[in-house]
Amino acid sequence: MILVVAEQRDGKLNRATWEAIAASQQLAGGDALKIALLGGSAGSAAQELAAAGAGDVLVAADTALEPYTPDGYVIALSQVMASASPLVVAMAHTYQARDFAPALASRLNAPLMTDVTGITGTGSGATFTRPMFQGKLAADVRPVGSGPCLVTFQIGAFRADQVQKGATASAVTSVPVTIDRSAIRQAPEAPFQEAQQAVDLSQAARIVAVGRGIKSKEHLPVAEALARAMGAELAASRPICDNGWLPMERQIGSSGQTVAPKLYVALGISGAIQHLVGMKGSRTIVAINKDADAPIFEVADYGIVGDLFEIAPALVAELQKK
Amino acid sequence: MKIAVCIKQVPTREWQPRLRDDKTWIREQDVSYEMNEPDAYALEEALRLREKHGGEVVVCSAGPARVQQVLREALARGADRALHVEDDSLAAADASVSAGALAAAMADEKFDLVLTGLQSDDQGHGQTGVVLAERLGIPHSTIIMEIQVQAAESTVAGGLQASGVRVKRELEGGWFQWVAMPLPALLTIQSGINQLRYATLKGIMAAKKKEIRKVPLPPGLKPSQQIVALALPTRSKQTQMITGSPSEAARELVRRLREEARAL
Repeated sequence: MILVVAEQRDGKLNRATWEAIAASQQLAGGDALKIALLGGSAGSAAQELAAAGAGDVLVAADTALEPYTPDGYVIALSQVMASASPLVVAMAHTYQARDFAPALASRLNAPLMTDVTGITGTGSGATFTRPMFQGKLAADVRPVGSGPCLVTFQIGAFRADQVQKGATASAVTSVPVTIDRSAIRQAPEAPFQEAQQAVDLSQAARIVAVGRGIKSKEHLPVAEALARAMGAELAASRPICDNGWLPMERQIGSSGQTVAPKLYVALGISGAIQHLVGMKGSRTIVAINKDADAPIFEVADYGIVGDLFEIAPALVAELQKK
Repeated sequence: MKIAVCIKQVPTREWQPRLRDDKTWIREQDVSYEMNEPDAYALEEALRLREKHGGEVVVCSAGPARVQQVLREALARGADRALHVEDDSLAAADASVSAGALAAAMADEKFDLVLTGLQSDDQGHGQTGVVLAERLGIPHSTIIMEIQVQAAESTVAGGLQASGVRVKRELEGGWFQWVAMPLPALLTIQSGINQLRYATLKGIMAAKKKEIRKVPLPPGLKPSQQIVALALPTRSKQTQMITGSPSEAARELVRRLREEARAL
């Protein structure tokens, strides 16, 4: 049996949980799933999960699980796993999963395959595909040993709308967990946003995004000119914002904004997974990069291999022709 | 405060992947290496904490002999000494083996704070730091963007007695959260937490005299997963590559964006 660990914040399900359910259905090959939901109380998220009829919902409710801490989740999930005995524990590769899943795997001495983008085979015989070397290579990996294993699925790699819904709603069962509060060593405060986002890139029809290939802040006008000529907003990959060349609010990717404009031009962006997650839903993607093997070309509709300092000005000149 | 920083040596960003004949690992003879970028940010953060609160920064790496290059570089940037778990088999080790090797070498040192990058740019499991915390029996927090040392008292010796940390953890989509925890603790550091410094000539000279202590690989570490095949990723889209001089390529791209994609 495959146990999917759902993710919620303030009773709201993380959308990526549905992707993990879709992936787990593929992995289960027709067998039923179970879905674990942890939190201070069952709440509406349990009903939302049950309504899909994708598998029984096991609710582990304890006030010690709200707010989330890695220690609390490891303790609770160890107990849920002990009672449900799953073959595979699956979840979305969110920041929260990245925080607790390795600790859970380590405590149970179980293999953990992270950031999985593909599945071959089903159940314990499955092989998992995951990126390595910044997405330059794809690795097929298998867990070692015969015990349960853990898997996290890359966000965007499986489709939430592919979840096979059941004809009837699934049952919601409560799973008792015992959590010694003194075993929770992290004391979290309430989540906050740094500043109101002045730029809402998700509403932009066109985006020109710039990456490491721009080399220095002094070269940014090259990208700005292209954005102006295309009627596009200027955005960037993480390293550009880390360096302070553009404000953080213009960052596209898992730690920044997720966008799906009509046109996305990636200028000197190699295409690390963290960036692709934030833009691969764009309708038309153009990649301009000097490295023909850059992973950005895997998601691009149109690609030009070459020097952006030559190509961007040529594009501006072309766009300005009447 | 006694701070450890775990550093991995990974292929450079410019490296073009080439596979070994059995297609389960890369052809290492073709590779030039550098310090894993998130680990460089972890090192920088440790050096800044030492400047502020005093103490010692020890860099630790598990890998073959070649990883001495990044340890030496870390010493040149200002780390005080290094631990090197040396074994050829560690080149392709998974996170459980890497963390097990590091834990064995680090356990006796009784570090107050252990920093790692949030993930490596090679295998990218994003697990070694958290698993290491488990093996050392200390709390952790991940994807950290700021560190505040709490309840610091000066000892008679003038060093710092820190009891805990309050750290800013990055959540998705521009959200953050402060998390407090007692020391000792392990934090995985997000790239961009600070501005990196580079080694000075003086630092490079000083690094030559600093200690790199070699530690043998402890027996009995078993991988938890196995790479059965490595390949170039399959393209999810049929990319139309546009060739020609910059002006020819620009003309063709603009034409296609207007006529085919209707994106302009």
